[in-house]
Formats: sequence, structure tokens, C-alpha cells
Amino acid sequence: MVKINGKEQDASGKTIAELVSEGGYKTERVAVELNLDIVPKSKYTDTVVKDGDSVEIVGFVGGG
Amino acid sequence: MIPTKEEMLEALAKRHGAQMQKKLSDASVAVCGLGGLGSNISIALARAGVGRLHIIDFDNVDISNLNRQQYFPDQLGMPKTEALKQTLARIAPYCEIVSDTVKLTQDNIPLLLKEEPVICEAFDSPDQKAMLVNTVLETFPEKFLVAGSGMAGTYSANLIHTRRVAGRFYLCGDETNGVAEGEGLFASRVLVCAAHQAHMIIRLIAGETEC
Repeated sequence: MVKINGKEQDASGKTIAELVSEGGYKTERVAVELNLDIVPKSKYTDTVVKDGDSVEIVGFVGGG
Repeated sequence: MIPTKEEMLEALAKRHGAQMQKKLSDASVAVCGLGGLGSNISIALARAGVGRLHIIDFDNVDISNLNRQQYFPDQLGMPKTEALKQTLARIAPYCEIVSDTVKLTQDNIPLLLKEEPVICEAFDSPDQKAMLVNTVLETFPEKFLVAGSGMAGTYSANLIHTRRVAGRFYLCGDETNGVAEGEGLFASRVLVCAAHQAHMIIRLIAGETEC
């Protein structure tokens, strides 16, 4: 199981790009941390998550 | 006659304690974006006696800003950096203000923010917010970063919170309610988020790393 934004999900083997898109986020509006390290946008398509990983997807909304 | 630097410092130290005031006086914060968040955050930090502020924005003061941003009708058309500098100089004449009237990009952030220990994201557009957060986290993992997301509408002010996403990255806001058709920004709710960001920064300066 992979922890995504605090919830355990059966997502082992998926890429960060897939998790972002399945979560309904737009790539240009997110920051993603994998096990507390930032994942560069250029690595979204080839970073694969595995059991025990913790992923935090922060989606930004407009206003300031 | 405005008070001397010593008189102002003494007044601050009386309220904050000498030790805390020394930390604030020695602190430097970069505020990226000087809209509803950034203008209010800068003022809160200047009032607290933060010694140096690096304020950055490419835009000019517009009539549409006056519902929530700390500018005045007689400043319309001025660069926000210049307008805010005028106001900050009246509030905290001895605060060192460094300004850059420039649009921050992933290319110039590494140079412009390299000396800054604490970075505050205060942009309006979600793409720009994400760009700054990604660039700072990738380039400067050792710096503190305090960002804001989700403060539009008339939803409860109590939904706005501060959380530590990971390491030195903090996020304030309700994380949900962005600007949309019929969902505008109100000074009151934007200020709640700005206050969360400014307060987290003051806690970091004090050495408190929890939210």
C-alpha cells in the first residue's frame, strides 16, 4: 500500500504522473513530495511508487 | 518628529521581550508577490520589527486591488514595490527594505532568492504558486518556505489553517477555495490567510518549527 495524502491506497507500480492525473490535479498546479523529498516535474513520468512509500500531492488554487 | 531607531526598538523589545526582538531584528524574509497576501504579510512582519524585508512583484497598483491589498487610490499605476515601500517606511522607518520589480521565474529564482533564509509565497495564480514552490524546494531544500492556497469566497474563516507539508515547507489556507466565477476575494478572508503566513514566519524566526 502507498500512502497518498494520508490515505492508504493500492497504488504500487504507478507513476507520479498517474497519481497526479487520477487525483484530478493539473500538473502545472501541483507540488509533489515522495517520502518528504520534492519530486522534480521532469521526473513525474518515470518515478514509480512502491509499497511503503508516502506521497503528498499539494494542489494549488488561485487567489492572493 | 518620528522616534529614533533606538526608541522604536526599545518599544518593540518591551512588548516582545529583548531576546525575541533580537531574533526579529536579525531576521530577513523574502515576500514573493505583493497582492492581498504579500502586502499584508509584509506589513505584519514590519510591525513586528523584522529587520529586513525583500519584497518582489512585477505589477503596478490597479483599482481592482483596492478591495483587499494594502494600497491607496493615490498610488494607482505605481509599481507595487514602490507603493508598498512608501507604506512600510511610514510604519517601520528602520526596517531595511530591498525590492525587485521583476517577474519571478524558475530561471531567476535561484539567483534572486539565494541569500534568503525564509521565503514567503504570496502569488495570486495557482500555476505561479506551484512554480515558485517547486523551484524553491528543488533549488534550496535548506530554506524555510511558507505558501498560501485557498482563501476565496465567503466560507468560514475557521477553514483556513497552517500545516507543515514536509520538512521546511509550510502551507496556509483552506487548500480548496480558489478564485472562480462568483467566488471573489474578500479582504477579511485573505487577511486571515496572510496572518497565518506572517505568524508562521514569526514562529520560525522564534525557533518554533511546529504549526
